[in-house]
Amino acid sequence: MLLPVLFRKLLKTLLPNYFMNKTGLIIQREYLSRVRNKTFVITTILMPFLFALLIFGPAYLSMRDRENLNIAVIDNTGYFKDNLEDTKEITFSFPLDVDTTNYASKGYSAVLLIPKSIGNAGNNYVLRSKKTLGIGSKGAIESKINAAIENKLLQDAGIQKSQLDSIHTQSQTATLNTIEEGDNNKTKESNQLLAYGIGMGSGFLIYLTMLIYGMMVMRGIMEEKTSRIAEVIVSSVKPFQLMMGKIIGIGAVGITQFVIWIALVILIMVGVHVFAAPETLQQVQAMQQNGGVMGGNNMQVSQTAQAIYSVQHTVGSVNWGLIIGCFLFYFLGGYVFYASLFAAAGSVVDDVQSSQTLTVPITMPIIFSFIIVANAVNNPDGSLAFWGSIIPFSSPMVMMARIAYGVPGTVPYWQLFLSMFLLIAGFVFTTWLAGKIYRTGILLYGKKTNWGQMMKWAFRKA
Amino acid sequence: MAILSLEHIKKYYATQKAVDDVSFTIEEGSIFGLLGPNGAGKTTLLRMITGIFYPDEGTIIFDGKRFDPLNDITKIGYMPEERGLYKKMKIGEQALYLARLKGLSRNDAMQKIKYWFEKLEMQSWWNKKMEDLSKGMSQKLQFVTTVLHEPKLIILDEPFSGLDPLNANLIKDEIFNLAQQGSTIIFSTHRMEQVEEICNHIILLNLGKKILDGTVKGIKQDFKENAFSIQLAEAPLSVESNAFEVIDVDNNHQLTVKIRDGYRSNDVLSYFLQQGITIESFSEILPSLNDIFIRLVEGTHATTRSFQKIA
Repeated sequence: MLLPVLFRKLLKTLLPNYFMNKTGLIIQREYLSRVRNKTFVITTILMPFLFALLIFGPAYLSMRDRENLNIAVIDNTGYFKDNLEDTKEITFSFPLDVDTTNYASKGYSAVLLIPKSIGNAGNNYVLRSKKTLGIGSKGAIESKINAAIENKLLQDAGIQKSQLDSIHTQSQTATLNTIEEGDNNKTKESNQLLAYGIGMGSGFLIYLTMLIYGMMVMRGIMEEKTSRIAEVIVSSVKPFQLMMGKIIGIGAVGITQFVIWIALVILIMVGVHVFAAPETLQQVQAMQQNGGVMGGNNMQVSQTAQAIYSVQHTVGSVNWGLIIGCFLFYFLGGYVFYASLFAAAGSVVDDVQSSQTLTVPITMPIIFSFIIVANAVNNPDGSLAFWGSIIPFSSPMVMMARIAYGVPGTVPYWQLFLSMFLLIAGFVFTTWLAGKIYRTGILLYGKKTNWGQMMKWAFRKA
Repeated sequence: MAILSLEHIKKYYATQKAVDDVSFTIEEGSIFGLLGPNGAGKTTLLRMITGIFYPDEGTIIFDGKRFDPLNDITKIGYMPEERGLYKKMKIGEQALYLARLKGLSRNDAMQKIKYWFEKLEMQSWWNKKMEDLSKGMSQKLQFVTTVLHEPKLIILDEPFSGLDPLNANLIKDEIFNLAQQGSTIIFSTHRMEQVEEICNHIILLNLGKKILDGTVKGIKQDFKENAFSIQLAEAPLSVESNAFEVIDVDNNHQLTVKIRDGYRSNDVLSYFLQQGITIESFSEILPSLNDIFIRLVEGTHATTRSFQKIA
């Protein structure tokens, strides 16, 4: 109940009073009739779980389904027997009675043939198997063979095996800490993985909600048209008020949903604090003061404390105010931009089937934008990402993917403001356009209309 | 005093002149019939009067001032031909919503809804949904939502379609009541018998133009053919007169006669009186609106127009 009131206050300051009284009523009806609906409650609660399933499900399945290979090696050099290391999934064995004809019957998944001399380029290592190997397994086998060759060549050059082992363990300790330089010599840790997650997540969320709520607007308008209430209502309010009331009302439903989700996340965080043991929390606090290192004292840090610290630390490194603010802006901007186009389409059709041909030109840019997002999270400075984040058709999704990498580091302020400005200009244009089409379309029954005709309505004089 | 007057209203679409230079005036408190075949431009005209469309040319004067759709819309109640309500919304909430869109406060609206629901025996409907109502019931509800805010001008487009005779009479009585209380009613239909019964003043629209304007009585007088019906007690042997000609004779000695130019009805009576035939009744035959309508519209290809492109 609070949100529509806030919205009305905001709109009242922006728009003349006569517009608001009635539009406010329409917004209220659109909002309440949806929020009170059972489907809303269920989807709001189930969505986060569905999301988690979507993200973790594939990862879990791919973990579980790793190939376990037992490879028989036919080694004529005799060298590999001690030097070819097993991995988690791949075991190398050196049985004597195996050849290329009988490895399968002896329980091996593949047979590896080592050529007579090693180290010379062009020598063929052959792996025979009944089924095609995954690309990961092929790479792993190659690198193991290469490592073995390298060891062999180094030992040939006179380095002891024990020396070699210690070199290996020492050389693999480097981890890269990336520090981002900000203004006033302030630096902060940057976290590419988190930025990737936030960028991809918010891009995807905007993509999904824009489609869902856009379609909801279209269905609502079609319902008004087919149930023949449209003309009754437009004899009380202007068609534009009816259209905007619907768009804003459904947008408020979307915001409500986000607020509930954010509240759920905060609740979980608080829950962790409440249910964690007090000494764990003390440890976390101590770690925060010392910048993550338990220096000096011999206090044992429990694993839980470490986990909480690392989550809080990573989460704390992100400018959440900026991200959430931008997210809401781009969600609303993108939503109004596309919802008005959906509204225009909904106003001219009578049935679901003919609506489909009209919605394709609207959904295509949304889907295409999401493809740009997938590119932008990997390469936020690329020119595809740049243009995608400026042009209003794709900016709501693509800019969110870039913002996660930092403002003004990756996205300079001028780009952010230009993108925001163009998005506002964009949705002012689409709502104007949609209003014109809607006004004619909503009162027209039993006629097939295409986008060409709709454009004619839009650009003719009153 | 005129509540509404239209002056040279024009609305042209790309392919046709939907409303072509139409002017008329409606007196306050009258029941006004807007007639015309399908596609004559009635709906377009009504949409301009309700502020949904703007005329290309011409002015509308409403209640003494130039029509201002944004504010005057609350003084108008419009029941369009293509009408309906939200299917999933409760009846009571629906009525409240529509009343508030007309500018009524919540309390005002509630009071008026209560009054009308009681009057038309709809109290038990409040929590029902639209989809639970029969067509006739939803028509009744539609009528209530149209007149709820006590509009000065009520526009009803085919208000009786889908109503059984009982409910049609109920609504008809309410229309008379509202007119008596000072509301003006525009009544658009092509059911002529209802027009004759209800309307004081009509205009007939065809192909976007006004082709007839006047009171029902006046129009009938204008279109009368000087035909009379005369009931005789016995059959005359032969009828031979300069004053009139016999058009029709039926078995019960009822004659239909047409008086020739320059003669009066008394000349018919005196002829039969001179013959010594007893006259049981004598009355003028006036054309029905239906006849007039068909005579004026037939042959103008009006019906094909409604299939043309409107947009």
